Amino acid sequence: MTDEQIKQAIIGIISDIAPDEDTSNIDPAVRLREQMDLDSMDFLDIVMELRKRYGVHVPDTDYMELASLDSCVNYLRDKMAGKALVS
Amino acid sequence: MPHFDAIIIGAGMSGLAAGIRLAMYDKKVVVLERHYVWGGLNSFYQFQGHQFDVGLHAMTNYAVKGAKGLPLSRLLKQLRIRHDELDLHEQGFSAVSFPGVKLKFSNDFNLLRSEVSRAFPQQIDGFDALTKAVREFNELDLDAPQQDARPVVRRFITDPMLEDMIFCPLMFYGSAREHDMDWDQFVVMFKSIFFEGFSRPQQGVRHILKLLIDRYRKAGGELRLKTGAARILHENGRAAGVELDNGQALTADTVLSSAGLVETGRLAGSAGLRSNDPNEASLRSEGPAGVVDVPSTTGADRMSTRQAGQRPALPKVGERPVLPGKLSFTETISVLDCPAKQLGIEETIVFFSNRERFNYEQPADDVDTSSGVICMPGNFRLPDEPKDHLVRITNIANYDRWAALGSAGFQPAPGSAGLRPALAVDVSSTAGADRMSAPNAGETPALPYYAAKQRWYERSCADVLSHIADFRPHVKLVDMFTPRTIRHYTGHEGGAVYGSPRKLRTGQTGIDGLYIIGTDQGFLGIIGAALSGISMANRWVLQREGVSEPAA
Ligand SMILES: Cc1cc2nc3c(=O)[nH]c(=O)nc-3n(C[C@H](O)[C@H](O)[C@H](O)COP(=O)(O)OP(=O)(O)OC[C@H]3O[C@@H](n4cnc5c(N)ncnc54)[C@H](O)[C@@H]3O)c2cc1C
Repeated sequence: MTDEQIKQAIIGIISDIAPDEDTSNIDPAVRLREQMDLDSMDFLDIVMELRKRYGVHVPDTDYMELASLDSCVNYLRDKMAGKALVS
Repeated sequence: MPHFDAIIIGAGMSGLAAGIRLAMYDKKVVVLERHYVWGGLNSFYQFQGHQFDVGLHAMTNYAVKGAKGLPLSRLLKQLRIRHDELDLHEQGFSAVSFPGVKLKFSNDFNLLRSEVSRAFPQQIDGFDALTKAVREFNELDLDAPQQDARPVVRRFITDPMLEDMIFCPLMFYGSAREHDMDWDQFVVMFKSIFFEGFSRPQQGVRHILKLLIDRYRKAGGELRLKTGAARILHENGRAAGVELDNGQALTADTVLSSAGLVETGRLAGSAGLRSNDPNEASLRSEGPAGVVDVPSTTGADRMSTRQAGQRPALPKVGERPVLPGKLSFTETISVLDCPAKQLGIEETIVFFSNRERFNYEQPADDVDTSSGVICMPGNFRLPDEPKDHLVRITNIANYDRWAALGSAGFQPAPGSAGLRPALAVDVSSTAGADRMSAPNAGETPALPYYAAKQRWYERSCADVLSHIADFRPHVKLVDMFTPRTIRHYTGHEGGAVYGSPRKLRTGQTGIDGLYIIGTDQGFLGIIGAALSGISMANRWVLQREGVSEPAA
């Protein structure tokens, strides 16, 4: 999966979790929490969806690696290698 | 023998919400519901071609679309529901009405503030300070020490009538305790009613339930109606599953119970419940320890068929027995021949007391009609004129007195069209006056239970007339339910709508793998109960799994 696809994967998950949020203008460098209404329950869901869709396991000690789109890409690049984007 | 990741007892708001969360993440989950329809305390039925809601007056916790960090927004995200799908319509305005004083409020908090400043000019600074204290208190901090709300409120409000006017709606919509509330519960209710406010879907509670049921089924969850849990099975302090009313056993890793704390304790048997809750020491029990009044269970009551005739021992949490809640309610439903507004009734909801001091306690008599809640569902800002024009009046009632009234021969009408035929027969029996519906064939209105309903229906309506216009000449059909109806359809001991005064915040029961969800976990109302189911499912099934799995 390319970096761009990893971003798409995360955005896809967020727009399913928070269907009322506008996900078209997320700044990848800024923490997600600052750009939209996501709380710790929602981060649990991002982690659960990553496992469900991509078989990727994120231990809770690593949750902070998912803070922004850029940090997601860095953290997930190896884990998502070779996987196909699920829409 | 089928094995489940989780068994959920009860298809009320909390059970369905928990079920959605677990099914969504591919857990093998089954929701067991003893009744033949879902919804629990918040259900619906048809009666003579009219559609009635059982619970819902109003959804509290209103939040506009896109509002951040509010309970409703959290709920929507967790269940993947779009705001628009709920079809919420805000209240016009509501009021707290006491002798000689009426305070209006709406979903705009400024209205309440200006009303307090008009009616109690000396108190407005205190009211502002109270508001600030409420705003700043974090009710989600489960480690905050428990304290009573009255002493806190009295630091700010010195007029006893204003104090009671503030407590009145909060207690009616969510206090399992008599006379006072826990401060954190007060804050939850204050925010959900005065800061956030009321709304309602055009179609009432059935619309919300349909959304939940659809979500649950689509996610692959299984729902078994007419399937009661007779016993919770456990071994060596660990939950193993559930034995059904028909004797069949289902095994599971986790059991989430929305049956209530006392009721769940009984299902778990003599071992009873212990608490691992660190706050346990500060949890209060009402009344002197050891002096416990258990509402007796009648043999006719199908919720306790297995214990008919016995007085089952009370379960214990820690050292003290868990007391069943004492607060139950009657509700009268009057169908008018015109919209309430045409009679000059503008409010959506009126919380009233006919006495200067509001007394929130179990009445000595069948019903306390001197205070209550009057709801005009047609006065929400609905896009379409509702088919029925309703006035609903809720009063505090005494379960034991209603349970003791004879009704031998009480038989649901076979083949009655309603979802709740038993209730429908039950209710039409209050009919007597010619403006009311004709009794169904085979019923016996002379029985004391029905005679009491007739009498209290009339008292209940007569005692609201200093707060709203006299609607009685316009009533074309009535319906009424009592604490006994609530007990019958939801299994809650004593018809206690808000459950036990003791809440288990962490859901833990002392039996590993058995957790309390819903009302007795401590979150009340439609939104609260649903959030309870969600947070307990997250914490005890989804998150636990994340933790126990070795890092890949
Ligand atoms: C008259 C009235 C008016 C209300 N008005 C409002 C309102 O306006 N706004 C609001 O937000 N809230 C209102 N409420 C409160 C709200 O309905 C409840 O707080 C909420 O629905 C509780 O949900 P729950 O899931 O905790 O419990 P419940 O709804 O009681 O769910 C428990 C379920 O478990 C089932 N069950 C019990 N024992 C067993 C067993 N052994 N086996 C199988 N199934 C079992 C029961 O049948 C029931 O369906 C009202 C309630 C009443 C009664």
